[in-house]
Amino acid sequence: MALALFGAVESGIIYAIMALGVYLTFRVLDFPDLTVDGSFVTGAGVAAISISNGVSPVIATLMAIVAGFIAGCITGLLHTKGKINALLSGILMMIALYSINLRIMDSPTVSLHNSPTIFSQLRDIWPAGIDSFFNGIFTALGSERAPATWVIVFFMIIVTLGIKFFTDYFLKTEVGLALRATGDNQKMIRSLSANTDNLIVLGVGISNAMVALSGALIAQIGGFADVSMGIGMIVIGLASVIIGEALFGKKTIAIATIAVIGGAIVYRMVVTLALRVDFLETGDMKMITAFIVMVALIAPRIIQARKDKKRRLQKRAALAGLKEGA
Amino acid sequence: MLHVKDVAITFNEGTPDEKKALQGINLELHKGEFVTVIGSNGAGKSTLMNVISGNLVPDIGEVIISEKDVTMLPEFKRSAYIGRVFQDPMAGTAPSMTIEENLAMAYSRIRKRKLKPGVTKQRKAEFKEHLRTLNLGLEDRLNAKVGLLSGGERQALSLLMATFTNPNILLLDEHTAALDPARAELITNLTKKVVDEHELTTLMVTHNMQQALDLGNRLIMMDKGQIILDINGEKKQNLTIEDLLKEFQRIRGEQFESDRAVLG
Repeated sequence: MALALFGAVESGIIYAIMALGVYLTFRVLDFPDLTVDGSFVTGAGVAAISISNGVSPVIATLMAIVAGFIAGCITGLLHTKGKINALLSGILMMIALYSINLRIMDSPTVSLHNSPTIFSQLRDIWPAGIDSFFNGIFTALGSERAPATWVIVFFMIIVTLGIKFFTDYFLKTEVGLALRATGDNQKMIRSLSANTDNLIVLGVGISNAMVALSGALIAQIGGFADVSMGIGMIVIGLASVIIGEALFGKKTIAIATIAVIGGAIVYRMVVTLALRVDFLETGDMKMITAFIVMVALIAPRIIQARKDKKRRLQKRAALAGLKEGA
Repeated sequence: MLHVKDVAITFNEGTPDEKKALQGINLELHKGEFVTVIGSNGAGKSTLMNVISGNLVPDIGEVIISEKDVTMLPEFKRSAYIGRVFQDPMAGTAPSMTIEENLAMAYSRIRKRKLKPGVTKQRKAEFKEHLRTLNLGLEDRLNAKVGLLSGGERQALSLLMATFTNPNILLLDEHTAALDPARAELITNLTKKVVDEHELTTLMVTHNMQQALDLGNRLIMMDKGQIILDINGEKKQNLTIEDLLKEFQRIRGEQFESDRAVLG
């Protein structure tokens, strides 16, 4: 149980990068970008095929980021220059990417078995003492089995937080402010001499670069890339954003981005726990995801409505009490 | 400063809905001139604004700003020269962003946007100074989201954002029309103050004849896509609403008579 949750946190932090990308398009740019399902695999595929052809894992991961950026830019161009509806541009790109990904990978699945990955390289230089130290704590807390390594968690915390701080900073720069205004009030920012077309292309590009990075890392941790591993990725990203905002708030950008990361981790934990329920199977995961998103969307509204109702009733009761007293 | 030369534009040409929105408009604004534009609905005021701001490209004619032909320049490039306030108080600001962030974006209107922080300590102080001139207490709410401000406050902020970078041209498109009388007066007074202070070359569209008379040093009346009246100087200062209505009847009435003569 504890080990399963550890695994959920581990992959949650990696998926959080993808969720940050989704946050950038859905929330900041107000651009519902469905490219994600394809660009996640693009990232995984580029990294996997490069590594299996002898490219160093770090370079392969960087190439994945570039590939994702390009895919996102094309979606942005379809929307801004091609004047295609935002949803449709994403869908078109997603479907095109399916074939492109197959071309990149040359087969539906690329295995990284016995190939070096970023994580295997890190494990080589990771002092074993740290693992045994944390495993000691882990077992002391009552778990029978301890995780194989802690290097992934620590490394990913650094990487994901790094991307979070990059996002926070970027969104406060002059370009970043214009990007946010593009999602908020296009007419206004155009009248303040910003090229909204370019900003949309840039924003969707950066978003998909993050998604591709997430895919590249997932491929390396899982040891394979599969052409269908991106199905439903956009819903998972959305789930993370919505859960995060509901649980941790979204008052400022810094809060919203950390909330998205938290949301991604919570989502993984919920799915892990749900799959332990007897009557649910692995194949039910997409349905569980859809259900989580529904709850995360509907629950806050119901809670708010109840609070409002309670407040009204209290006020009325107080008023009635006052009248009686008089 | 601004020269609109022989501009004409027709919508839906060749269809039953054809509308000659502007017919050979010639308008020259000198530096520091404050022109108010009046006219009934469909007279072409908004179209003229849109042609100047770059929202619309005229069929023929040119728009020249500070000796530069900008006719074909896209809206976002042209906005480097133009400050604008819209009729809708929601249109001129980004509601989910803070007051200081909105001002920072306006600050970047005449500069290239870089990967440097938009709000710095130094700029913050500058923004505060500018906000103080509005007398609305906004200088103490730099971190408030603009969506929380009232319509009047937002319009005052929009006006500030359009003007504090000294635009070559200031375009005001019925910018007080959506406000209650008290707020409208506040914004009108602010407009007067800023335009005087920075000696801005201004074109203001309004439906309020009194406002058109009170503000500015030149008045233009438009009808059916043409400028039918252009008054400035002392004559403008002594103008009354009655004069305007009489003048309108005289010009359009005459035309009516001549039309009847031709058809008759």
